[in-house]
Amino acid sequence: MANPAPMTPELIESHGLSAEEYARVLEILGREPNLTELGIFSVMWSEHCSYKSSRKWLRRLPTEAPWVICGPGENAGVIDIGEGLAAVFKMESHNHPSFIEPYQGAATGVGGILRDVFTMGARPVANLNALRFGSPNHPKTRHLVSGVVAGIGGYGNCVGVPTVAGSCDFDESYDGNILVNAMTVGIAPKDRIFYAKATGVGNPVVYVGSKTGRDGIHGATMASAEFDDAAEAKRPTVQVGDPFTEKLLIEACLELMAEDVIIGIQDMGAAGLTSSSFEMAGKGGVGVEIDLDQVPVREESMTAYEIMLSESQERMLMVLQPGKEDIAKAIFEKWELDFAIIGKLTDTGRMVLLQSGETVADLPIDPLAEAAPIYDRPTAAAEARPLIAADDVPPPDGIMDALQSLLGSADLCSKRWIWEQYDHMVMADTVARPGGDAAIVRIHGSNRGLALTTDCTPRYCGADAATGAAQAVAEAWRNLTAVGARPLAVTDNMNFGNPERPEIMGQFADAVAGMREACLALDFPVVSGNVSFYNETNGKGILPTPAIGAVGLVDDISKSVSLSLRTEGESLVLIGASAGHLGCSSYLKEVLGRRDGAPPPVDLAAERRNGDFIRAEIAAAGITACHDLADGGLLVAAAEMALAGGVGCALDVPEGAPPVHAWLFGEDQGRYLVATDDPDGLMARANGAQVPAAMIGTTGGKSLTVNGFGTISLNELRETHEGWLPAYMGDA
Amino acid sequence: MKAAVIVFPGSNCDRDVKVALTQSMGAPPSMIWHRESDFPTVDLIVVPGGFSYGDYLRAGAIAANSPAMVETKRRAAAGVAVLGICNGFQILAETGLLPGVLMRNAGLRFICRDVHLRVERTAAPFTGKYRQGQVIRIPIAHADGNYFTEDDTLSRLEGEGQIAFRYAEPDGAVTEAANPNGSRANIAGIRNAAGNVLGMMPHPERLADPALSGTDGRPMFDGLVEALG
Repeated sequence: MANPAPMTPELIESHGLSAEEYARVLEILGREPNLTELGIFSVMWSEHCSYKSSRKWLRRLPTEAPWVICGPGENAGVIDIGEGLAAVFKMESHNHPSFIEPYQGAATGVGGILRDVFTMGARPVANLNALRFGSPNHPKTRHLVSGVVAGIGGYGNCVGVPTVAGSCDFDESYDGNILVNAMTVGIAPKDRIFYAKATGVGNPVVYVGSKTGRDGIHGATMASAEFDDAAEAKRPTVQVGDPFTEKLLIEACLELMAEDVIIGIQDMGAAGLTSSSFEMAGKGGVGVEIDLDQVPVREESMTAYEIMLSESQERMLMVLQPGKEDIAKAIFEKWELDFAIIGKLTDTGRMVLLQSGETVADLPIDPLAEAAPIYDRPTAAAEARPLIAADDVPPPDGIMDALQSLLGSADLCSKRWIWEQYDHMVMADTVARPGGDAAIVRIHGSNRGLALTTDCTPRYCGADAATGAAQAVAEAWRNLTAVGARPLAVTDNMNFGNPERPEIMGQFADAVAGMREACLALDFPVVSGNVSFYNETNGKGILPTPAIGAVGLVDDISKSVSLSLRTEGESLVLIGASAGHLGCSSYLKEVLGRRDGAPPPVDLAAERRNGDFIRAEIAAAGITACHDLADGGLLVAAAEMALAGGVGCALDVPEGAPPVHAWLFGEDQGRYLVATDDPDGLMARANGAQVPAAMIGTTGGKSLTVNGFGTISLNELRETHEGWLPAYMGDA
Repeated sequence: MKAAVIVFPGSNCDRDVKVALTQSMGAPPSMIWHRESDFPTVDLIVVPGGFSYGDYLRAGAIAANSPAMVETKRRAAAGVAVLGICNGFQILAETGLLPGVLMRNAGLRFICRDVHLRVERTAAPFTGKYRQGQVIRIPIAHADGNYFTEDDTLSRLEGEGQIAFRYAEPDGAVTEAANPNGSRANIAGIRNAAGNVLGMMPHPERLADPALSGTDGRPMFDGLVEALG
């Protein structure tokens, strides 16, 4: 093989390989690699593709349950949702590209996660996202919010998959490194799931979708390094998406999947053709030979290096049953997409690439995958923060002023400005729209639904990664419960700083431990996920952000509830114990400008007991409205319920409660505020179930009142709650 | 009634309108691929929402020249009922079956939300089941819904009763605040002079099912079945 580019230390370093890793390359090959081969090693062993720093820890996450069909390791997780159907879902980050080029970065993030789901045979039915931006005062934040939201909408709206839920908050730790985590949920017949396994020596390897261009080369390597001030110069590594082609690809793939012709299929995501062909061949234990001259290309004279490392979007790789090529070709021609037979499976266990009749790369598949470095990076324990007693936190000047500060803060304000830019109703199955605890998407043609949410409170994770991660899982579980769903499984998107720093690796290990504990206690396995390290700029890491995406099942959508107070004269009952925990709270941050203290403890046994009680009550129609208590505590929850339904309420501070500001704004976990027309019955059943419950108010009127402490009209609250984001974005 | 729904590459509300039609008709409509011009005789042709041809060139511009639309134009001239929703309205405007154009929303952003519409014209086959002046709640979801036409055409539309729906307040007042996209005269939907072609930006098919927090779109489909047999 010709090797026109001699290996130099600079070349090796610019491919992100350490000296030790390069030594391993030499050992595997028994010779120097050529440039194409070096590029392949570089992306396959990148953090992004190999999970080399996280794998040791990820193994600890619980991934099994009787309803799990396929856990982590495939394109997406698969769970049984009954009646012969499966839900297929995953969340994935597109952080660095979205910071560099927010519209395309976010758009292609959506495109990539959609492909992960439909490549398994599922029709995508919902998109979600979890967004973290820098401080609202940072000069780039507005531009990033605008571009990311437009990009998510631009892609999701065009492909016709509703974007039904999400989360969005702001912190200065994201000033130079925003987080854009996108999740897709699909539904498939459970006996028709497609996997990325190539088998059958001689079987054709087929390329479909868009042509390959020079865009996105080294995207995976970029995602595996820290940012610096020269981040802008990396713009050419960001891919450009075409949602129209994606829509055609969805329809063509699902049409083909209805035929019996596909053996294995994999989308070309990070590291493009390299990663997809290696993974498919590796899983099937076969070799593969690819003729690069057959790859549809956008530009003349692309090199093997460019073709293999391109991250052009909207492409898939499949292995077909022999003799079925024409069936597939006809479908892709109907949808006006490229279709090319680019190679075949072999029994050599090697990947051989040909171009112009010459061998341009020849690599062993298993050794390359097996020898992928796995690091046991050192961890440093974080210093535990002290608990803050409620009595040590000053009360506000006025309760309602404090409420206004919270509802009008960047984190707690209404995100309507964002989700109205997303088509959240296409497919006509969105039963519960954005703005509630969880969205509900009806399973088409039935009266059952999937409840969906994304959650994480990064300021808790920054204070205590284990508690914060457990809280994120618990809150996701609670949000699904609050609409009446049975929580089934989660996908995680672990966003952290540089894993080579022990304190960051310590955060990661703690977060995994916290998630593990919560997932086990709540029977809530992790079925898919994604790790994004190196989220830091100039050596400063983000708040650890283990974003959780969760899926639950609603057995009868007509029995689900929302947070809206719609009826006057009902009773409000607070479920769960209130200790008045203010450490790390929104009250502390927004009203007092403090971020100290330990986050609220997570009592998983109480979480489960309270949630199981709520779910049973919703099923038995004992509850007319329900809202989980989270950021901002009880009074913010009551305000959100009143605003959602247009009916006010009045609260009474019970005897024996913590100091009133701690009772109203404390963020104790495992709690729900519910409305009921049968408070005595509900209280009696709660007592019987050993679930703390207190009657704390009644619904009615057009204002929110805390008896003895103040009142405020819903109109005024609504102006504050709805006003902040449009005003910030310059629309008001 | 027999109905057909045209499917373009990039259509994404074709299934939704099929479900709504099936609910009212008791049988599904035919789904017609954009390349077909020889499709069965039907009483209603629906041009659905979505992003036909990715909205490339201009929303609806490429679809307007597809074989199925050339045939639809011919049948519309012969009196067959044609309903265009969202991208379908944009396509009907591009074919010239309806006057005017749909420009980028005044706020330059995609908007998805329920809006209130005042029914301006009660007439079979499209709006016969609504009352004159009735206010209905229907979702919009578009980036290019800003209806524009020049003064002469506008006064003709007004004078001939061709305006079917206007964006309005919940109490029916037609105000600037109720106009989500900058459309002239708050126009949300219009019909042709003969009354057999209607285009509208809002999506009646998205609120035609009791499980989805509203059914104000259903009378349109029930009315079509009633009027067209």
